[in-house]
Amino acid sequence: MTAAVHVRSVNLRRRRRVGTAVLHVVFLAGSVVVAFPFVWMILSSFKSIQDFYNFGFLPSVFDVSAYQYVFTETNFGRWYLNSAIVAIVVTITNIVFCSLIGYTLAKFRFPGARAVFILILSTLMVPTEMLVIPWYVSAVHLHLADTYVGIILPGVMEAFGIFLMRQFMLGVPDDLLDAGRVDGLGEFRLWWRVAMPLVKPAIAALGIVTFLGNWNAYLWPVIVIATDQMRTIPVGIALYATAVSNGIQWNTIMAMSVLTVVPMIVVFVIFQRQIISGIALTGLKG
Amino acid sequence: MGRRRTALIATLAAIVPLVLGACGSSGSGSGESGSSGDGDQQVTISYWQYTYATKVTEIKKLIKEFEAKNPNIKVQAEDYPHDQFQNKVFAAQKAGTGPDIVNIYNGWVAQFVKQKAIQPIPSDFMSTKDIKDYYVSTVQPQSGDGKFYSLPIAVRSLALFYNKDLFKAAGLDPNKPPQTWDELVADAKKMTVMTDDGRYKQEGFGWNVSGQGYHTFEEVLLRQYGVTPFSDDGRTVQWDSKPGGFDAYQFWMNMTMKDKIGTPDFNTDYSTAFLAGKAGMIIDGSFRLGDMKDAKFDWGVTELPVREAGGMKSNYASYWTNAIATGVSGAKLKAAEKFLKFLISEDVQKDWLKNIGEIPAGKSLSNDKDILDNAQYAPFAKALSYAHTTFFVNEDASRNAFIDATNESLLNNVPLADSWKKLVASQQKVRDDFFGK
Amino acid sequence: MVALEAARAPAGSSPPGRSRGMTLRGRRTRVAYAFLIVPILFYLAIRVYPTLQAFWLSFTVEGSPGLTLANYSRMLQDPIFWQSVYNTFLYTIITVPIEMALGLLLALGIDRMGRFRGFYRIIFFLPYMTSIVAVSWVWRLIYARDTGLLNEILVGLGLPAQGWLNDPDQALLSVAIVMIWQTMGFSMLIFSAGLNAIPKEFYEAARIDGAGGWKMFSRITLPLLNPTIVFLAIIGVIQTLQTFTQIANLTGGDAMGGPLHSTASIVVYMYQQGFESYDMNFASASTVFLFVLILIVTLIQFRVLNRGYKL
Repeated sequence: MTAAVHVRSVNLRRRRRVGTAVLHVVFLAGSVVVAFPFVWMILSSFKSIQDFYNFGFLPSVFDVSAYQYVFTETNFGRWYLNSAIVAIVVTITNIVFCSLIGYTLAKFRFPGARAVFILILSTLMVPTEMLVIPWYVSAVHLHLADTYVGIILPGVMEAFGIFLMRQFMLGVPDDLLDAGRVDGLGEFRLWWRVAMPLVKPAIAALGIVTFLGNWNAYLWPVIVIATDQMRTIPVGIALYATAVSNGIQWNTIMAMSVLTVVPMIVVFVIFQRQIISGIALTGLKG
Repeated sequence: MGRRRTALIATLAAIVPLVLGACGSSGSGSGESGSSGDGDQQVTISYWQYTYATKVTEIKKLIKEFEAKNPNIKVQAEDYPHDQFQNKVFAAQKAGTGPDIVNIYNGWVAQFVKQKAIQPIPSDFMSTKDIKDYYVSTVQPQSGDGKFYSLPIAVRSLALFYNKDLFKAAGLDPNKPPQTWDELVADAKKMTVMTDDGRYKQEGFGWNVSGQGYHTFEEVLLRQYGVTPFSDDGRTVQWDSKPGGFDAYQFWMNMTMKDKIGTPDFNTDYSTAFLAGKAGMIIDGSFRLGDMKDAKFDWGVTELPVREAGGMKSNYASYWTNAIATGVSGAKLKAAEKFLKFLISEDVQKDWLKNIGEIPAGKSLSNDKDILDNAQYAPFAKALSYAHTTFFVNEDASRNAFIDATNESLLNNVPLADSWKKLVASQQKVRDDFFGK
Repeated sequence: MVALEAARAPAGSSPPGRSRGMTLRGRRTRVAYAFLIVPILFYLAIRVYPTLQAFWLSFTVEGSPGLTLANYSRMLQDPIFWQSVYNTFLYTIITVPIEMALGLLLALGIDRMGRFRGFYRIIFFLPYMTSIVAVSWVWRLIYARDTGLLNEILVGLGLPAQGWLNDPDQALLSVAIVMIWQTMGFSMLIFSAGLNAIPKEFYEAARIDGAGGWKMFSRITLPLLNPTIVFLAIIGVIQTLQTFTQIANLTGGDAMGGPLHSTASIVVYMYQQGFESYDMNFASASTVFLFVLILIVTLIQFRVLNRGYKL
């Protein structure tokens, strides 16, 4: 309105610009520190094994022998396929089931709701290490050992995902759901058509974390997988981390790890857009 | 409409896993066990080992040879990562899909026997006397009851690896590696380089505990100082039975604490340091020979040092060995015995040496000219005549206890006399726990 | 959009008012259970049953019949066990608050990065995506006392070199740093999702009312982030109380649990008992202990964090 207000808003803008500039610098520095070990990992994958032992930062000679080895001497392609199948299926089942259950726990008040929630949550409190052997015995009895179903089954639903979806479903306005009920929507429809679109960021986050967890899972796959045809990537990497004739081929492991992370980055890039895009909430007045 | 969609999703959810299940490979399973005595019946046995590329390839080759000579026996080989191998075997046995023959480390035998996972070698196949006659003296029963539960193909022993280039650079004769421990310390001092602030840049000797260090201490130094480390039944730790025990400990620990010729975590570990050309000498097993092919420096290998010229030689040997699982009987047992007999034959031992680099375990080959003339294999082969294996009851626990006790002195400045007492007590405890005292 | 279906009258038309509400509630309960029954059964089979088996095992000893507390008394008298409990607490207290705070700061800050948002998200999430085996190796090299990068930098600046992973007093902290480095990207991701769930209208309305940055943060953002904070805090604590992989990879191999057990967590202890000494009965005892511990801590957290919000 007046000159005083104008000056104040200019100062505010300037302060904000400086603030943003500082933020940029901080972020840049932070990302250098955070990404540093990863960059070293990539550089190490381009070293020959002798070079590796000298632990310098840069390779003295740019060497692709590790990658050559991975593609010619190992079954890496097959491992990739297996990991992809397992990770994709488990991600889909988790998204579907966890959001269904999370929705139910968040939106329905019924006797035993709290007990069910605590029960599901309590399964998070037992480390998987204790469960793999009983799982394996059951898998063998069901003829599921060394099969895709066997690898996938224990991970189909995770308490982690249920908890996450429940927390986000809490934020879905009850009015919207009631309005839907008045309009005659069935409960299942309500979940799928009304609630789910509102929690897209949570679904995206769940998708990323679940995919990642299964892509990198080691303990259960190594126990349940018997043949090389069914191995997933972490199991394959472990073979080379523990006993190859020329000692531990660390440059090969680095190469495999770099190749492993690439699809992860792709999945992340795809899903994270869901998280960035805001949701426009219409119908709040309704 | 909502219901139809629900039905559709439910159907999909049911079908997809079934389709995938059909795509998965069929589970492993040993074949039928034929009735005993009928030689024409097809028998399938399974053989499990840990994943080691050259061994896996070699076994595949050997199986082909064996199956050609024994058309009614099929051998299915499987391999698993080393760090989960034992878990895999125990889990599979619980589920009833365990292997028929399993290749295990000699230090695991006691555990496997305790878990009732393996059976003694049938005496009508090879009696205890047969086995003792067949192998070098290094191969001894690995469980307390004096029975043999497994048969090895090859043995590994220790030797002193040395970097000739570093010797030259330090003014030492590259063709005269140290013969006694004192010489070793003196030579190592000349090759150790430190930064101004007391960090290692190069170590003279790759001193360590958890690599081959504790083996070297238990089976080489202790014996050379006049102490027999364990009682015959493996129940008693005798390190403290004579003052020589503590003297050996003091001498060995001082290498890193006083003489400062090396440290366990320099350049990650002793073998990495040596391969990088940053350690003058290491004590390591014959399995290191494979890595040395890529070494970019001139190197040699010689027998382990003694206390004084002409003094007692000693060495530590270990081996991977083949055992028959509990419950294998009838036609399968006979097939397993046939396969084992083939595996430990002289020809296979020779082939194994060529392709894997482990020294043959059979007595008949212990004076083999080809081996003894080979500069790389000779020190390891010669050592077999005076090498000892350690009867481990729980190698991981023993090693961890050893590391803990020595760390008290190395990291916490506890006086050696005290960490020595702790060391002996903790080793005894591991054995007491195992034998259920 | 919203399809128009004929409104279905509840079975046996009922008068409006209270009785209609009850029937609706009854129907909703049935629907809720219908949605839940299959997953619950699945859960009981896959997770609860083997857990109960393991718990049962902890009350037995190999070779002796009947139930006994021998495993528990042995465990409670083991100084290494108590060291691992102490370490586990330290890990949790150190890493969870820090990685959550960093994650929130990152999520908030990234919003202002404009077209670099995607890039920074990827960078800060990289540690979480990369295989722990490969990455631990690199960290070991960074931490190495004699030739490691950190010490080279320190000495270059005139400071004394540190033992890091080899020093019993510093090893736990060194591992904790790696844990924070790995998980802050995860917190960042979840916080981003949480931040985006807050309707922009609230901020617009507040700005029109003249609210400044801090007010908007404390009155709008923080309260509406509560479900996210609760989630991250509880998951973070539950997962940290169970750390195993980072410890096994950074200080593992020979002496998993670090120099003088200074990095061992309860799960490391359990693993060593169950998978190295093959005493599953004894290992189960530490599982039970851990479970009870986590349960108590989680219930306390719910109570404290969920003030004003329904459980």
